[in-house]
Amino acid sequence: MQKLGEFKLPHFFNYPPYFTLQPVREAREKQVQLWKELILDYCRTQKIFVIGLEEEFPLFSNSVIERTLSHEAREAFLSALVSEGHAEWLDKGHRKCLILWHRIQDWAEIILNFVKDNGFEHSVMTVEEIRSGIESRGTEMELLSTACSLEIKLPWKRKEKCT
Amino acid sequence: MADFFSKAEVTSSGRPVLLRSEVECHLLSSVDIESEDNHHFYPLKSGLLILTTHRLLWLPSSSSSSTSSAAAIPLHAISHIFSTKKSLKSMFHSPRIRFQVLVSPDGRLFDPASGSGSSSGSGSKSIVLTAVVRGKGDCDGFLGKLWESWRARAWECNETSGSGSGSGSGTGTSTATSGGLYSSDGSVRMVGVAGILRKEQEMWESTDKSLQDAFQDLNALMSKAKEMVMLAEKMRQKLLSGSSSQTSGANDEDMGSKEEMQDWLLSVGIISPVTKESAGALYHQQLSRQLADFVRTPLQRAGGMINLIDAYCLFNRARGTELISPDDMLQACSLWEKFDVPVMLRKFDSGVMVIQNKSHSDEEVFARIKGLVTKPEALRSGISPSDAAITLGIAPAMAKEHLLTAESKGLLCRDISPDGFRFYINLFPEIDPRDVYLVKDYGICNTWIKAVSTSGLK
Repeated sequence: MQKLGEFKLPHFFNYPPYFTLQPVREAREKQVQLWKELILDYCRTQKIFVIGLEEEFPLFSNSVIERTLSHEAREAFLSALVSEGHAEWLDKGHRKCLILWHRIQDWAEIILNFVKDNGFEHSVMTVEEIRSGIESRGTEMELLSTACSLEIKLPWKRKEKCT
Repeated sequence: MADFFSKAEVTSSGRPVLLRSEVECHLLSSVDIESEDNHHFYPLKSGLLILTTHRLLWLPSSSSSSTSSAAAIPLHAISHIFSTKKSLKSMFHSPRIRFQVLVSPDGRLFDPASGSGSSSGSGSKSIVLTAVVRGKGDCDGFLGKLWESWRARAWECNETSGSGSGSGSGTGTSTATSGGLYSSDGSVRMVGVAGILRKEQEMWESTDKSLQDAFQDLNALMSKAKEMVMLAEKMRQKLLSGSSSQTSGANDEDMGSKEEMQDWLLSVGIISPVTKESAGALYHQQLSRQLADFVRTPLQRAGGMINLIDAYCLFNRARGTELISPDDMLQACSLWEKFDVPVMLRKFDSGVMVIQNKSHSDEEVFARIKGLVTKPEALRSGISPSDAAITLGIAPAMAKEHLLTAESKGLLCRDISPDGFRFYINLFPEIDPRDVYLVKDYGICNTWIKAVSTSGLK
């Protein structure tokens, strides 16, 4: 079984047609589906938030069979994620994509629960406080806040129910 | 004076009235007509000079004095046209056209229409006229056309056909030049039935000759266009009247010759209105059958499928002469549907057209492709169109079409890389997206993994 770092790759990762955007409808649908799952899985386990289309992304090339996803293919798969709600384009030119391995609503839920569990409902907190707070340690909130501190505009702000 | 020239009739809107079969050729504006020799000659100023096949017409423009009326110089009266000499002086002047005209004894322009009989003038004097072109017109072009019209002597044609009688071959002649030939060679006098038959014969010969002349030279064709149109009309009328009247069976011979005529018309590219309605001209039907017979051998050699373009080249080469056009080829192939021939025309999604045996089956080809693509070597690195071509025994272009068709049926997947365009067996249907790490024990995925791993890929 091939690995990319610690990540276990499925066997079809070595199947060359997997890296060519298929024209036939059934094959294309299956291909897109497989790639979507793969991207989400990988980003979730590797804690990756952002994918830059023009940058090197280890998942998008396979040196063993010497194949790389074309720009068109990458955009196709990421757009599929966006339309599902699992990703958001960060710029109009579709050059950077924010991966939400939870959907936006789910993130909102998580924040809400965090706030409730820790009794922060009526207080104002800065992002930094959340990040370094004891409550956040080891939770997804820490991750989230780290992402915030990287100055990435997070669209879920509009879903916030608490201050 | 206007009296010098012949009068030219003008319509109420100022357009000249042309003689029978007279055609306008060229015109120049702002032209003066002067005479160098005769000083009694009152020059015509600033008018429109029109060249026709029979005359030179000068029309006064609206701004000139009302005393000048339209004048005509019959081309017949011109005895010589001077060529333009380019000199330093001519660069500063307006361009001029100089020509010499015959003058009748009474001091007027020689005019054959005024009843002076045939052939060259009885006038002994001639004067030189100059047309000064002050406007922007193409003087050299006009001069060229003047030469042509003057040499063509279109007015003589009228005269010979007008005279009619004589050796009786006058009615049959269709060209001005040949009109002279026939009357001067002392042809046999026509008597009785033999004479009539002979006349018919000569008429057909001259038609044939005129057709040949016409098609040799496009310029000649343009001048004979009028005759051609009349001829085509006559043919059409004959065909139409022949087909519409359902007379008795004694017309077999007529029918035969009618079909011949249709074929003949078709061979010169004229589509007869009769055949358009029918299922396809006899010509195309015969061609279609001939093609079906011919194409059988190349089909066998090519493994059951041959590119239409290749077939076209082979067919034409075999014919040697009387080559067919691509359109004829297409028509012939499309007629196959109506007959019972063992071949058919097929168009692929990519637009490529091929001729294939009716007995050819796609399934059989796919089975062979599948066999090829599941071999261990092919599982590892796929197949290219040339690999398939070698195995299937067909041309690479045909092989590619087959592979693309197989792909669209879900049998293969494409792989585009710097190595080229290759095809692999389609594994996607077997992969379950809910459990991507699962590999069924049976199934092609397993085979594939095994094949891949033996080569050291993990």
